[in-house]
Amino acid sequence: MSALSQAGPRPLLEVQGVSVRFGALLALNRVSLQIGRGEIVAIIGPNGAGKTTLLNVISGFYHPYEGRIAFEGRERTRLAPPDVAALGIARTFQNVALFKGMTVLDNIMTGRLLKMRGSFLLEAVYWGPARRQELEHRAFVERIIDFLEIQAIRKTPAGRLPYGLQKRVELARALAAEPTLLLLDEPMAGMNVEEKEDMCRFVLDVNSEFDTTIALIEHDMGVVMDISDRVAVLDYGQKIADGPPEQVRKDQGVLDAYLGVSHE
Amino acid sequence: MSEIVYGVLVAPFRDMAGSPGFLAEVVIGGVFAGLLYSLVALGFVLIFKASGVFNFAQGVMVLFAALTLVGLLERGLPVVVALALTAAVMVALAFAIERIVLRPLVNQEHIILFMATIGLNFFLEGFGEMLWGANVKKLDVGIPDRSFMMGSIQVNQLELFAALTAAVLVAVLAVFFHGTRIGRALRAVADDHEAALSIGIPLKTIWVIVWSVAGIVAMVAGIMWGAKSGVQFSLSLIALKSLPVLILGGFTSVPGAIVGGLIVGVGEKLGEVYWGPLVGGAIENWFAYVVALAFLLFRPQGLFGEKIIERV
Repeated sequence: MSALSQAGPRPLLEVQGVSVRFGALLALNRVSLQIGRGEIVAIIGPNGAGKTTLLNVISGFYHPYEGRIAFEGRERTRLAPPDVAALGIARTFQNVALFKGMTVLDNIMTGRLLKMRGSFLLEAVYWGPARRQELEHRAFVERIIDFLEIQAIRKTPAGRLPYGLQKRVELARALAAEPTLLLLDEPMAGMNVEEKEDMCRFVLDVNSEFDTTIALIEHDMGVVMDISDRVAVLDYGQKIADGPPEQVRKDQGVLDAYLGVSHE
Repeated sequence: MSEIVYGVLVAPFRDMAGSPGFLAEVVIGGVFAGLLYSLVALGFVLIFKASGVFNFAQGVMVLFAALTLVGLLERGLPVVVALALTAAVMVALAFAIERIVLRPLVNQEHIILFMATIGLNFFLEGFGEMLWGANVKKLDVGIPDRSFMMGSIQVNQLELFAALTAAVLVAVLAVFFHGTRIGRALRAVADDHEAALSIGIPLKTIWVIVWSVAGIVAMVAGIMWGAKSGVQFSLSLIALKSLPVLILGGFTSVPGAIVGGLIVGVGEKLGEVYWGPLVGGAIENWFAYVVALAFLLFRPQGLFGEKIIERV
């Protein structure tokens, strides 16, 4: 597990007082969250608390109507998703969003698209620099495939894989972009214990080997307590706690949110 | 009974073998018609691959391009200039469609995008008529509609030129979309908009590219068809003929569109000439649809389409 890196001058990602509204529903209400370089931050909360909305705001799918977001010290509140990706933020989705007709290898290669440069004409004939480039990217992708232990399925169409493996391929595609910040939306949902253990190991290894900062949404409290450096808790669109796992576990407000509290 | 069997199974082939020169001419005619179907189908495939949208307006785009070209030629512009301008108009159209129709509908259901293309269809039809008038026009791009003899086979110069152009266009497109990262991005966009966005593929750019290419392809189809049989509003109906081509070739396959078009083109010509008399003719009009129906029954993904995987 990586050390808490609060020593740096500015955190990697700063979300400040962000609100998102869907019609009359206030999905996020002035939420602030800081993620330091190298951290693993878990975002937890009951269903409908606004966790995915927060991820969507960070990755540019929604834009907040108030508040600011800064990445690597630069204001970038209203960027579109492809521009966010270009900054070095990759993500996975709650309901796996793979390119189902494409093979696992092709899926992961698409993760490298942002890294590819050069002439279309050369690429078209697969010649010279274009060929070298393709091979270089291919080598990196093979490294990720080894890392996530999915060698055996590299030629399988992604749509045919069982759910657990699809999630792993989605992680591989996100990693292929060599992100600075990786956003994982319920990476372990619907997995059995063994698959969860694998995924935990991958998340920790990604963090240490690739120096990737990770923010993940997760429901399994055991997992959250095990792998995260810090836990942020959302409830009804508001952040109600933020701190090390042991501290959050004992927080009265968090217990109330999860277990319910009588309002009489 | 035996007469029918003879008429269906023996006589046509005896006729073919008896006069190979004539057979070749029929096949060449079929290849020409087929290439035109292929080009229209290709426009469909490109847009379908990139956005999962069945572009109902593809046929009208063919008409619109042809109308624009004729209109410009009538104003006395040289052929080359008129061609370039028409291509520019089709690209501008792609930008406008992305901005006005597609962008506001990102992440909507496919059926909604389909409805939008129906709207586009009617708009383009009316707009073209408003700009250039509704009469049948003659399109002359400077290639004479004459025939010459190649051995014992009569070949039409215009058809030959058209076929070559189509072949070159198709080859260029196939290489462009299969060999480049645009091709990969295109397939990614077709599969999942959200995921494509999240890995940094700019949807807008891809859409503009694809609609531009579809517009240019429509232009080439419009020129060929227009040069052969005049520019008129029935031109937009050839889109109907390209539907069976799509079913044959598979909605997502560029080679499928080509091969499908050729099969339909050659098949209907052969059917018309050799089997037509048995049923009183007009096989040409329904042949494509019957073949498509058979495909729907036995191979719904088409010859080259991606196998349909449905998890239950």
